[in-house]
Amino acid sequence: MSKELWKGNEAIAEAAIRAGCRCYFGYPITPQSEIPEYMSLHMPKAGGVFLQSESEVAAINMVYGATGAGARVMTSSSSPGVSLKQEGISYMCGAELPGVIVNVMRGGPGLGTIQPAQGDYFQATRGGGHGDYRLIVFAPANIQEVVDLMQEAFDLADKYRMPVMMLLDGMIGQMMEPVEWKRPAIAPEDLPEKPWATTGTKNKRLPNIINSLFIDPDACNQHNIRLEEKYARVTESEQRYETNDTEDAEVIFVAFGTPARLARAAVRLLAEDGIKAGVFRPITVWPYPYDALYKIAAQDSVKAVVTVEMNTGQMIDDVRIAVKGARPVSFVGSAGGIIPTPYEVAEAAKKALGR
Amino acid sequence: MSYNEIVIAGFGGQGVMSIGTTMAEAAMSEGLNVSWLPSYGPEMRGGTANCNVVISDGEIISPIVLEPSELIAMNLPSLDKFESAVKPGGLILVNESIIERKVERNDVRAVYVPSQEIAAELGNLRVANMVMLGAFIEATKLLKFETVVDMLRNIFTGKKANLVEINEVALQRGADCVNV
Repeated sequence: MSKELWKGNEAIAEAAIRAGCRCYFGYPITPQSEIPEYMSLHMPKAGGVFLQSESEVAAINMVYGATGAGARVMTSSSSPGVSLKQEGISYMCGAELPGVIVNVMRGGPGLGTIQPAQGDYFQATRGGGHGDYRLIVFAPANIQEVVDLMQEAFDLADKYRMPVMMLLDGMIGQMMEPVEWKRPAIAPEDLPEKPWATTGTKNKRLPNIINSLFIDPDACNQHNIRLEEKYARVTESEQRYETNDTEDAEVIFVAFGTPARLARAAVRLLAEDGIKAGVFRPITVWPYPYDALYKIAAQDSVKAVVTVEMNTGQMIDDVRIAVKGARPVSFVGSAGGIIPTPYEVAEAAKKALGR
Repeated sequence: MSYNEIVIAGFGGQGVMSIGTTMAEAAMSEGLNVSWLPSYGPEMRGGTANCNVVISDGEIISPIVLEPSELIAMNLPSLDKFESAVKPGGLILVNESIIERKVERNDVRAVYVPSQEIAAELGNLRVANMVMLGAFIEATKLLKFETVVDMLRNIFTGKKANLVEINEVALQRGADCVNV
């Protein structure tokens, strides 16, 4: 299969259509506006629905409705818009509805800046909405991976009946890289049936009910226990990560998305100074690959762990949980749309090693 | 392993982004790995724009170019901004039409291209960026001219097919500005 040059945002949209998504609801915001733009042109051609909603709140509730009726649905936005979607995401989790939410992150808080950032890590992994819920959160680092994971995001959303988030930064949305379409496009009619969806009983079965209200506390407790069991199954089965040069490394960088690429550039700089460094990159930031990271960080050769993030230090909490105090954990990064340089990352490693 | 990190910078509207995408597209079709990263912001026609292109026969680590091996400066602010960042031994292509000063460094190779005069001679100011691309290809030998011309044939079809020739001549005239 030949390679094609794709812009990140457009590749996300095309990958969704190829994954059988036929409903897109969204509202433009930089740096992800190419997603609705692409959808507006290509979704109708695929026989699907593109709708520019009046707001992000409306868009996520349209997602709720369409996914409840059994469709493969997605929405996308950037940080401030994703904040607006949090109530709907909580309701989708409560009602156990699948769906894919793309967040092409920009600098915050508030309106912040349109430049790339990763300040929504807590929101994505801890829940920006209310109640006990989790999202599967994919954090791809290049456009091929974006495309490959998009299909998987829809599949896992359906499998577990829960929303899946694609968490990217603005740089991945805006840049272009070669893409190979590895899997054949899926027609919606070839997707597994959703017997729980509200598709009309045709007087042949009892009505399906989609609801997140469990007014009786015992019932609500049972519901939460069931959700927790589901999240435990996801945690058991769906952790993804990648390692580069971690064997015998003195220092381990931990980074997701774009900073993982900067960390790998820093590894090369450190090699020039005779320092062996490696990179651990979580691809799912929930469920977080704690055990895998512990094994790498606790190797005899490792003296320090450095997290690299485009924020003021959020994932470092998960890294500390993973490392369990076995090694010192420090942070390097910058927020507000400034991308740290490989030189700064390499310097942080030297500092962590006391050199 | 070849690893070229290129910055192309100029005013919005000078075809800066499309020099980069053409370069990336051509390199990809020659089997090389590529990345293209645009600056983006509240910018518009007349504002400054730049893009980073990385071309390698090995894996591309970071798409961000901090020290370009090649710089295409389409206007003075771009030369002012990026000249000092170019790697020693690197290449600076200067759009001589509107940049009046010379490259100040003597540890880099400078090539001066009167892209707009050439484009005007050819009768279409919009091919100035192709003149620069032609000079780039000649100076670096990173890509084949045929690859770009084949791409132009795929882009300009039907009523626009006549644009292939002028773009091809523009590439050649750019190449002629390079003293090998």
